Parts: sequence; C-alpha cells; structure tokens
Amino acid sequence: MTRVPLRPLARILEARAKGENPDLIEAENLRQRHEEMADRTRARAEGRLLVIAVLFLCAFAAVGVRMGVISASEPVEPRAATAGAPIATARADIVDRQGRLLATNLVTHSLYAQTRDMVDPARAARELAMIFPDLDAQELHADFTSNRKFLWIRKTLSPEQQQAVFDIGEPGLLFGPREMRLYPNGAVAAHVLGGTRFGDEGVNAAQVVGVAGVEMAFEERLSDPGQSDAPLALTIDLTVQAAVERVLAGGMQIMNAQGAAAILMDAQTGEIVALASLPDFDPNNRPSPLTKGQPADSPLFNRAVQGVYELGSTFKIFAAAQALELGLVNPNTLIDTKGPIHWGRFRIRDMHRMDPIMTMTDVIVESSNVGTARVAQMIGADRQKAFLTRLGFTETLPVELVEARRAKPLVPERWSELSAMTVSYGHGLSVSPLHLASAYAAMVNGGIKVTPTLQRGTDVAPGPRVISPETSAILRKMLRQVVVRGTASYGEVAGYAVGGKTGSADKPSATGGYEDDSVIATFASIFPAHDPKYVLVVTLDDGVDTSGPEPRRTAGYTAVPIGAEMIRRVAPLLGLKPEIEPGSAPGVTLTSN
Amino acid sequence: MRVLFFIVATLAVMALGNWAYVENYKTQRTLDEVEHLQREIGQIREQLGVLRAEWAYLNRPDRLRDLAEINFDRLGLLPLAPEQFGSVTAIAYPLSPSAQMLLDDLDMTDLVDVRGEVTE
Repeated sequence: MTRVPLRPLARILEARAKGENPDLIEAENLRQRHEEMADRTRARAEGRLLVIAVLFLCAFAAVGVRMGVISASEPVEPRAATAGAPIATARADIVDRQGRLLATNLVTHSLYAQTRDMVDPARAARELAMIFPDLDAQELHADFTSNRKFLWIRKTLSPEQQQAVFDIGEPGLLFGPREMRLYPNGAVAAHVLGGTRFGDEGVNAAQVVGVAGVEMAFEERLSDPGQSDAPLALTIDLTVQAAVERVLAGGMQIMNAQGAAAILMDAQTGEIVALASLPDFDPNNRPSPLTKGQPADSPLFNRAVQGVYELGSTFKIFAAAQALELGLVNPNTLIDTKGPIHWGRFRIRDMHRMDPIMTMTDVIVESSNVGTARVAQMIGADRQKAFLTRLGFTETLPVELVEARRAKPLVPERWSELSAMTVSYGHGLSVSPLHLASAYAAMVNGGIKVTPTLQRGTDVAPGPRVISPETSAILRKMLRQVVVRGTASYGEVAGYAVGGKTGSADKPSATGGYEDDSVIATFASIFPAHDPKYVLVVTLDDGVDTSGPEPRRTAGYTAVPIGAEMIRRVAPLLGLKPEIEPGSAPGVTLTSN
Repeated sequence: MRVLFFIVATLAVMALGNWAYVENYKTQRTLDEVEHLQREIGQIREQLGVLRAEWAYLNRPDRLRDLAEINFDRLGLLPLAPEQFGSVTAIAYPLSPSAQMLLDDLDMTDLVDVRGEVTE
C-alpha cells in the first residue's frame, strides 16, 4: 500500500505561488485517508459478521437437524442384553385366524466348548454324557483332546440341562444365547407350519430359517426385522384344525388306511380353515427326510398339497358342469349308460349294474363311468382340456406352501378322446386334493374361481367366472342328491344339508398299471348344499372298511363316514347353526338353456 | 466500564462451562438410564414371550382334550355338537309382574293331585 503524503511538495509550492492556503490540501488528503480507513474497517467488520452469521447458522442448523432426526427417527428398539449381534434373530410369530399362537420364539442357550480353556476334559466328557444320554463320553473326550479349538455340543438346552452343565464347573464349556422356534401345539397343523432349522450360526446368535410349509413360504415376511412385531395371521382355525385331525386320525385307524388328508376351505374366499395330512410329525422335532424309498412314506409328505392322485369319480361333476354350461344336457336329459364301452383295447365299465338309460342327475348320483364318458364324448377333448385348465387343474397352485410348488398335476401327454373319457371320471389326470377342493368351491359358490390361500387379511380380487350361477345351482342340487339317495348316503348330517361326490380310484402300482385291491377313496363335500359356506375334501389312502361281511373299499364306506363325522364336529365350531333345508319350491325348476 | 465487561464475560463463561458440565453428565446419566430401561423392557418382553408360549402350550388342543377326558366325571365336557344350538324362543323368560300377579290371583278349584312314576 502506497501511502499518499499529506502535504505533497509540488502542490504546496503551486498553492503558495497562487496565494492559496496549503493547509486545505492537507485537510483534503487527510479526509481522503480517513475515508479509506473507514472503508477498510467496515469491510473487515462485515466480513467478521458474515463469519459469525455462518457459524451461528451452522450451529442452529445442527441443532435443528438433530431435533428433526430425533423426532422423525424410530425409537431404538428395546432389546435383550444378548441381542445386537450381526445375525438377524428376530422372527415374527405365527398365529391362527383368531390370534392363537401357532409358532413363537423362545430364548434358550447353546452349548459349546473352547478346548484350550478346559481344565479336566475327561471329567467334563463323563459328566456331559451323564446329562445328555445320546452323547458318548469317549467320543467327547477324543474331541476335547484333539487339536480342535472350538466344538459345538448342543444347539439348544433346556434350563435344567443348562444348570446341570453349569454345575460341572468346567471353564471350557460355554453357553451362547439362541432364539429357538417353538410350536406350542405340537403336531397340530404340522404340515401347514412346516418347521425351521438354524441357518448362520455364531457364538452369540443363530439365524432361524424355515425349511417347509408357511415357515419357508413366508421366509422374507417372517425374518423382516421391520415386521417382526406383527405376527403373521393364517386362515387356519386351531380348534377346527385339531378337531379335523382328531377325526381324521380316528377314521384312518378304523379304516386301516396308510395315510389320509383333509382340507376344509371357505367356498367363497378360498381361505383354508383346516388342512391336515396324516401321518404327521412334531415340527419342534422335525424328522429328517427319507434317504430311500418313496417320499410319500415319510411323515413329512403333505398328502393334501404335495401328493397328486387320480381322484376318481369326484371328477364327474366337472363333466356335468361343462355339459350343462354348454347347453348339451339339462339335469333330466337321458344319457345312454349301457356299458361297457370298448375303445381300442380299452374297456370302460361301471362298478355295479345300472339302468341302461339314466338322467344326467342320476349319472352323477349313481356315479356311472359309462354315462360320464358319453357326456365327455359330447363335450370333446379340446373343450374339456380348456375347461379343466381354466379350473386350474393343469398348473401348480399358488397357495403359500412350498410343497405346493413341487406338486405339478400329471396331465395326459396327448389329450385324446379316450383321455377325455377317462379324465371325465377321474382317471388319467392326477391332481392334489387341494386342487379338487378349489375346483369344488368354484363349482358351488356361484361359479367364481377361487384361489386357495393361507394368509389372513389379504384382499383377494374375485376370480374369473368359470360357470354361470344357474349351472352352479344345478350342481349344488346334484351333489345334494348324491348324499340323499346316491353313493354318499352315509354322508348325511342332520341340519347341515351335506352335498358331495365320492371317488374311489385304483392306486397306480409301482410296476405300472393299477393295484387290484388298493384304492384312493375321496369324498368331496359341500355344506350346507343350498348355500355352500365350506368345501371339505377327505382323502383316504388305501382304506378298507372291515365292519361288514366282506371288506369294502369304495369311498362311500370309507371316506364318506369320516367326512360326515368331521362335518358334525366342525360345523358347530365354525358357528354354523343346524337348519332345516329349504325344500325345493314346487313347480320351479332351474334349467340351463 | 471495560473492566466490568470483562468480569461479567468471564463469569458468564464460567457459568456456561459449569452448566455445560452439569448438562453433559445429566445427559450421560439419562442415556444410561434409557439403556437400562431398554434392557429391562427387552427382558420383560422376553418373559412375556415365554409366558405367551407357555399359555399356548398349556392351552394346546391335545392337552385340553385329554384333561376334559380325565375330568369327565366332574366336568362332563363333550365336544360341541349341533344339537347344542338353541333358539331364543325356546328359553322360558320370567313372566311380567302383571301376568305373575294374575296367575297368583287365579282362584284354582277342583285341584287334581297327580302322583306316580313317569315311565317312557
């Protein structure tokens, strides 16, 4: 900075020469100098103010942001002292449709050994073998004294066992906290729930992973930490499920069956209220899968969902439905039932002697294979295939069970006219009992396709229409007639107007062809038939009724009485009041045109 | 004037320092307390979960059924049956006071005494 002199000699001399006052020049320069100084000072002060303003702004912004963060963020979850591990341990509970607990978590401990810290491995091994009879003291000792540093001994411990291990006083035996999955109801609804196992395991925590059933199908939902407080509600009703399993187990024992399955489904919404498959297992202690033999022999096999069977005459109602829908027949149309029908080297015949000509209703009521095959001929293979596809019989079901995704129906390779005839009475097309239940629901609820579901509270859009309400009304009457005067006469339950259709299909034998005296007996029923609320499908694998003089294997003697007993037990639990069936008004008959 | 200002400022800084010190420790104490409470809530929730599991375990359908069977003599519990649904009209309501009075005032004559056993 150059300092301007206050009295520049040249100007002073010039002013003196002109006779002016040189002090004025000095004053002027002084004023200029002061002005400059004032300007500089102001600029500096302004700069400081700006810095202070920025600082204050930052401070206030920090406070504001912090307040915002505190008010907007979720409060920190209170958790047990053991949590905070990197492995996600929270898993949501599973409850039934009334909020009763089906699966929950229990804190327990695992036992592991740090062999370096062990004082007396021999004694520890001996004492452990005494606490856990399935452990071998010598093996344990060998493990403790080998050069392994770390060893898992038990995945879960009961509090008593933990105390007992603690009392050994061995510093090398340590406990790690564990969240264990607990199914308080034991084997009830075992096939629905599936089971869990430990996934990633650490000393401080272990991840619980579903291995089957809804536990696996809803893995993401159940293990989502954000939703771990909200239990997953199923459509299953625990009381109804227990009653169904009880009746089914009793029936299976009386009928000497190898296995049995039952499905109770809401006919309007497709909600599965009970789903049982026997033999079953305890999901708390899930057996390991079979390594040899048929998977169906394992108790883990879910017959209701996973097993695909030829379900026999229960399919006849679909042929009748389609023929009615197409206007080919009405309930009183006479069908030629004179058998047997010869088709190449194949012969279609009826189980027992029948009239040579019967009405459409009677074909269903008496369950005539020949009559149904004739109806199927009228419909034709292509139209039948399209109809059954629309009912979902050719695809796996979207129900929330992992097993269902593996149960693809077995459809005829070439849907020929012969296939159409056999499929019409339930041979040549293998589906799961759950497929059948959903299709029956669609047949009787007014003709709307339903999608079976296990998750409560999902708004399911009404499915597409598969048959007209008029056809559905006729089918309900036909199914009612089957119970009133047909093959399912043991299915009558006073006050509940049961309707249904039996089916007894020979079991395919392992060597090809069919077994002679081994059947899959099915009873697909609806109740009350005049206003169906529920669909119940009961399937017995190789059941036989030996109460009579000779063994009887047809569904009318095996599956139907079990189904009737089930309805008698379950309908009151579902809040259905017994009521007098509205009689058909005289002179009014619904027909399809 | 200036001296006074310096004294006031120094005192203010000391006071603020003290305040910040106290607040800091108060905050830490509160945080500890929150942590403690959260741990307690966590433990209580854990206990609640155990109790809920125990409740569900004790109320499992199999056990209730067995208990009902064991105690049948005392309780006489049977599965719910369709016959147990009743109609409201089948329930005998108490008579209205006026009707009861009427019945009481009714002068009965020629009473017939009926005795004996009722047989099917």
